Amino acid sequence: MITFENVAYSYGGGELLSDVSLKLAPGSFHFLTGPSGAGKSTFLKLAYAELQPSSGRVTLFDHDVKSLSRDDVARSRRRIGIVHQDCKFLDHMTIAANMALPFTVSDRESSPQDMEDLLGWVGLKHLAGALPPQLSGGERQRAALARAVIVDPDVILADEPTGNVDWEMSLRILTLLVELNKMGKTILVATHDLNLIRQAKAQIQARVLRIAKHRVQLAGADL
Amino acid sequence: MKFPKAKPASPATRALEVVPPSGPTAWLTTFTAGAMTFLCVFALALSLASGRLATRWSEALAKTATIRLSAPTGQMQIQTDAILATLATTPGIASYRALDDAETRALLEPWFGPGLPVEALPIPRLIEVVEAEQPYDSEGLRQRLAAEAPGAVLDDHTRWRRPLVEAASRIRLLGVLSIALIGATMAAMITLSARAALATNAEVIRVLRLVGAKDSYIARAFVRRFTLRSFAGAAVGATAGLIGVAALPAADAAGGFLTGLGFTGLGWLWPFALPPLAAIVAFLATRRAAFRKLRELT
Repeated sequence: MITFENVAYSYGGGELLSDVSLKLAPGSFHFLTGPSGAGKSTFLKLAYAELQPSSGRVTLFDHDVKSLSRDDVARSRRRIGIVHQDCKFLDHMTIAANMALPFTVSDRESSPQDMEDLLGWVGLKHLAGALPPQLSGGERQRAALARAVIVDPDVILADEPTGNVDWEMSLRILTLLVELNKMGKTILVATHDLNLIRQAKAQIQARVLRIAKHRVQLAGADL
Repeated sequence: MKFPKAKPASPATRALEVVPPSGPTAWLTTFTAGAMTFLCVFALALSLASGRLATRWSEALAKTATIRLSAPTGQMQIQTDAILATLATTPGIASYRALDDAETRALLEPWFGPGLPVEALPIPRLIEVVEAEQPYDSEGLRQRLAAEAPGAVLDDHTRWRRPLVEAASRIRLLGVLSIALIGATMAAMITLSARAALATNAEVIRVLRLVGAKDSYIARAFVRRFTLRSFAGAAVGATAGLIGVAALPAADAAGGFLTGLGFTGLGWLWPFALPPLAAIVAFLATRRAAFRKLRELT
């Protein structure tokens, strides 16, 4: 799916990531943890080709991201669901329309039944016609997750998806991610919430990666 | 709650919806297109009127010529007869006649007052020549007149005609240049406006890219909006311009050029071409600006 081969990324003269090698196998579940500013978001941006590595090679669905045209990157993103902590929406469009965006931008029609099912799955059926600013933090996260999975992507990359919500909502979002993984999706979640990771490991086999000293390492048993 | 069904909108319409419907640059685009098109209608009217004037002056002066005869008193009638005989055998001349004393007096009256004793003064005899559909050979006629009547001078008004026609032609050219400048200014303003809109909507663009939108899709959304705004503004501007031109005084001989500053016949259709042209200018300007800005926003 996504591979990193000796990847380094420098920013503002300093090296943020160094010699990172990793393979996200189909159906795997990874957590990426580390202190704030360690490079978790940068790692994710490299994974969905928003950033290019300073050296090394990132491969997205068997294609080197450096060889991808802008249109190729856009097409690749349709196979990746992305969820951010500060999940952004088009505030002038309803939640249902925002969720349908991945279909809209590829000039495809979304099935109203699928949309209804998806909204039901994330518990937002009653908010389909609401505008994004009317939603709470937890509702926004779930809506973002629904938008990320509506086109049935192969990979889901989530950057601190529980950063702005309470513990109960964090567990609910985790449950959704676990369900997606059980459906065969490849999941990578960047988080600094160790309790969430422990909770997940009780339900599924998840590998935990830690960014320390610019490198990505497999975390030990302390988690 | 009943789930809202997706509207059966075309892909183009849905692309339009992803851009927020209003923004600080929305009114600027519409206003610019409207104001520029309004000015363009008047530039067009000026250009067309100048063209008509150049043609009219050219045709009117080209069809007539004057032979001026200066000769001693004893020779005046002899040479006049010789000139008339020469004209009678010259192809390309529809009619000719020698002006009598009364007509000559009337021509000079504005300068010398009434009662001028024309017959007692050495005033040249004037002979008016009207050209036929097939023009005569002016150089050949000059040579024949020089042989038959040495005191005769053929004036085919070239001296007067050329600067007048040149002036009118240059005014027409200025009108065309004005239209081109107005178009370029409109393109520049819309480009600035589009770039500002793209910068303002950087967050929207980020969201669209995250969900897999290509640059062409994002550009299309902005281009459609700006094209439609420009078309609407230009339609209002063209309508206002047409009303303004229609309100100008009707053309008459006394008013000359100023009262002829409008459209005639099929010329009234030209302003209707301006809104589509404005839309094309906006389409090209926004498309270029959008792709450049999207590359910058990587």
